[in-house]
Amino acid sequence: MAFFSPFRGGVHPDSFKELSATLPIMRLPIPPQLFVPLRQHAGSDAVAIVEPGSHVLKGQLIARAGNGLSAPVHAPTSGIVAAITPVTAAHPSGMKSNAIIIKPDRKDTPVKVPTLLDPFKLPRDELAQKIADAGIVGMGGASFPAAVKLSSAIDRHVETIVINGSECEPYLTADDRLMTERAEKIILGARLIRHVVGAQKIAIAIEDNKPNAISAMQKAAVGEQQLEIVVVPTRYPMGSAKQMIKAVTGHEVPAGGRSSDVGVLMHNVATAYAIAEALAESKPLTSRIVTVSGGAIVRPQNVEALIGTPARYLIEFCGGTVNTPTRLLLGGPMMGHVVQSLDVPLIKGVAGILALTDHEITNPQASPCIRCGRCVSACPMGLVPLEMANRSKHGDFDGANDYGLSDCILCGSCAYVCPSHIPLVHYFQYAKGHLNSQTAQSKRMQYTRQLAETRQERIDKAAAAKAAAKAAKANRRKRSPAKTEKSPQGES
Amino acid sequence: MIGAILLLTLMGLILGTALGYAAKAFHVEGNPLVEEVSQMMPGTQCGQCGFAGCTPAAEAIVNGDAEVTCCPPGGTSLAASLAKKLGIDIKLDSLQEGVVFAHINSALCTGCTRCYKVCPTDAIVGANKQIHMVINAACTSCRRCVEACPENCIDMLPEQATLDTWYWPKPKAA
Ligand code: SF4
Ligand code: SF4
Repeated sequence: MAFFSPFRGGVHPDSFKELSATLPIMRLPIPPQLFVPLRQHAGSDAVAIVEPGSHVLKGQLIARAGNGLSAPVHAPTSGIVAAITPVTAAHPSGMKSNAIIIKPDRKDTPVKVPTLLDPFKLPRDELAQKIADAGIVGMGGASFPAAVKLSSAIDRHVETIVINGSECEPYLTADDRLMTERAEKIILGARLIRHVVGAQKIAIAIEDNKPNAISAMQKAAVGEQQLEIVVVPTRYPMGSAKQMIKAVTGHEVPAGGRSSDVGVLMHNVATAYAIAEALAESKPLTSRIVTVSGGAIVRPQNVEALIGTPARYLIEFCGGTVNTPTRLLLGGPMMGHVVQSLDVPLIKGVAGILALTDHEITNPQASPCIRCGRCVSACPMGLVPLEMANRSKHGDFDGANDYGLSDCILCGSCAYVCPSHIPLVHYFQYAKGHLNSQTAQSKRMQYTRQLAETRQERIDKAAAAKAAAKAAKANRRKRSPAKTEKSPQGES
Repeated sequence: MIGAILLLTLMGLILGTALGYAAKAFHVEGNPLVEEVSQMMPGTQCGQCGFAGCTPAAEAIVNGDAEVTCCPPGGTSLAASLAKKLGIDIKLDSLQEGVVFAHINSALCTGCTRCYKVCPTDAIVGANKQIHMVINAACTSCRRCVEACPENCIDMLPEQATLDTWYWPKPKAA
C-alpha cells in the first residue's frame, strides 16, 4: 500500500470539515411537500406509474425505470400525489424536469414488505435485480445505476471490492458520519456486493483525516475474513476511481479503461449502506444523509432527509442562512455544481448542500496564463490543462482531445491551483459538451441519411411499378383494339 | 528444396489471384475523394448549399469551390469532419450552432399532405385532411416543407435544450 505518494498530482484544499464532522446525523422531520424528480440518475427519466390524486405508501414504486440506462423511483413517505409537473432540476442548467409532487399524510405508513430471506442464500442475479428494483444509484455523485455496474462486473472477474469512504471534497462529512455511526451496515453492504459479483477481497478506504470513522469501521470489521480497512492519506481527488485504485491496490487503470480492467469494482460507502438496506431489509432508496454546510449556514449539520426534500427546507432546518449566500452548491466545492435557486429538491446523488459566503470563494477576474505549469503538476491524470484550455478557447476541440481531454475527470485540481484564476474546468466542461453534441449530431445525420435513402428507394420502386403498369396497359390496348371495336358496332 | 519451390509457387498463385480479385472487387469510378465526401453528406439532396444535390456539393467542396461549412443540415459536426478529412483549419465555435427543426402550426394546418410529400427523410407524419406533425429526430432542417406549405403554417424553430443536450457555455473572459 503506497502511503507516501498515493497517486501523482492532486491538491490539499482547506477542508472546512470541522464545521460538521463531529455533529451526529439528525433526522429531518417530514417536510410539507416532497418534489421527487423522475431523473436522479445517469440515463433516461423514470416513468411515473401513479397519477395525481393517488394515495401512495412509503417505499411504494411510483415511477418505473425508463428505457435503456435508468433507475426506478419510490415514494419517500406516505401521502397523496399532488401533481406530476416540471420543477427546477438539480442540474447546473437551471432547467426544469418532471417530478412527482407528494403531499405527505404524516403517517409514514410503509408498504408491506415480503418476508425477508437471508440474502447470502439467494442467487446472485436475483440480488442484482433487487438492487436495480430498489432504485439504487451511485451516491457519491455520479448517480450511475448501481445494479448496472454490478451486473457488468459479474462477468469481468472482479477480485477486489473497494468501498470508497475517502470523502475527499471539502466541507462534506456525510460519509464520515455514516461510517462513524452505522459501520455495521456498511460492512454488510460491502459483503453483499462481494457476494453478488463473486469477488474475494474487500478494501474499505478512508482518508486519515477521519479518525472516528476509521476506529468505528475497524471495530465493526473485527473478525471479518478478507476485509481490510485501508487508511489512505488525505489528498484530493482521492475519491476518484483511478486515484483510489492506485492508492489502495497500486494498480494503474489504463487510459480510457475501467476499474474492472484491473479487477476492481468501486462503490461509495453510502451506496454500500443503501444496498444493505435493500437486500437485508427490503427498503428501497428513499432517503440519504446530506451535509448542509458553508459559511452562510447558521448551524451546519449532517441531516438524514427524504429524497425530494427542497433545499430550502433543509437549510431552514439548519437555522437558515446569515445574509444571502453568494453561492449555492449541490455537492462539494470542487466538483459540485452551482444552483440558482433553493427550490431544487434533494436527489439520490447529492451528498452536500453548501451555501458559501463571499470570502469562501475566490472568483476574481481571470488573467492571462503565465505558463507557470502549476496546473500540470496538480493534474492527477497527468494532463496539460493549460494547453487543453487554450485549444478549447479557440474552438480547436479535437486539439484539446489530442491533449487528453477525454481522460480529464473534471476534478478541478488545476483550476484550484491556477494563480491566474483561469476557469480551466469550465473550459473542459464546455469542450466536452461541444464534442458530445457533435457526436450526437453526426449520429443523427447517419439516421436521416438512411431515412433519405429508404425514401428514395421507395420512390424509385413506385415509379418503376407505375411505368411497368403503364407499359402493360399500353400493351393490352395494342393487342385488343380489333375485339373492342367490334362489340360496340354489334350493339348499335 | 522442392517443397520450398512448391510452397512459393502456391503462394504466388494464391496471392496473385487475390490481388486480381481485389482489383476488380474494389474498383472505384471517378475521384475517390469526391465519392468519400459525398458519402459523408446528409444525402437528402435538399439543395440549401446552392448545388443540385449532395454529390455535386461534395465535388465543389473537394475542388475548393465551396466551403466545408456550406451544408446547413450537416451543421458543425459535418463541417468538423469535412475539415479533418480535407486538412482544412476552421474555427468551429464561430459557426452558428443551434439546430432548427420544422414545426407545423396545428391551428393552421389543413392536412393537404404537400409537406409530407416533399420531406426527404419522411420526418412528417399525417394523412389527408389530418393535422400533420414533424418528428424532430428525423428532421434535417432542409426547409422544403416550409416552401411547399400553401398555408404558410410551418416555421423553423430552434431546438429546445434538454437535460441531455444542454452543456456549459463558453467561459466569458480570459
Ligand atoms: S496554472 Fe494557470 S497560469 Fe499556470 S500554467 Fe496552468 S493555466 Fe497557466
Ligand atoms: S480537472 Fe481535468 S485537467 Fe484539471 S486537474 Fe482534474 S483531471 Fe487534470
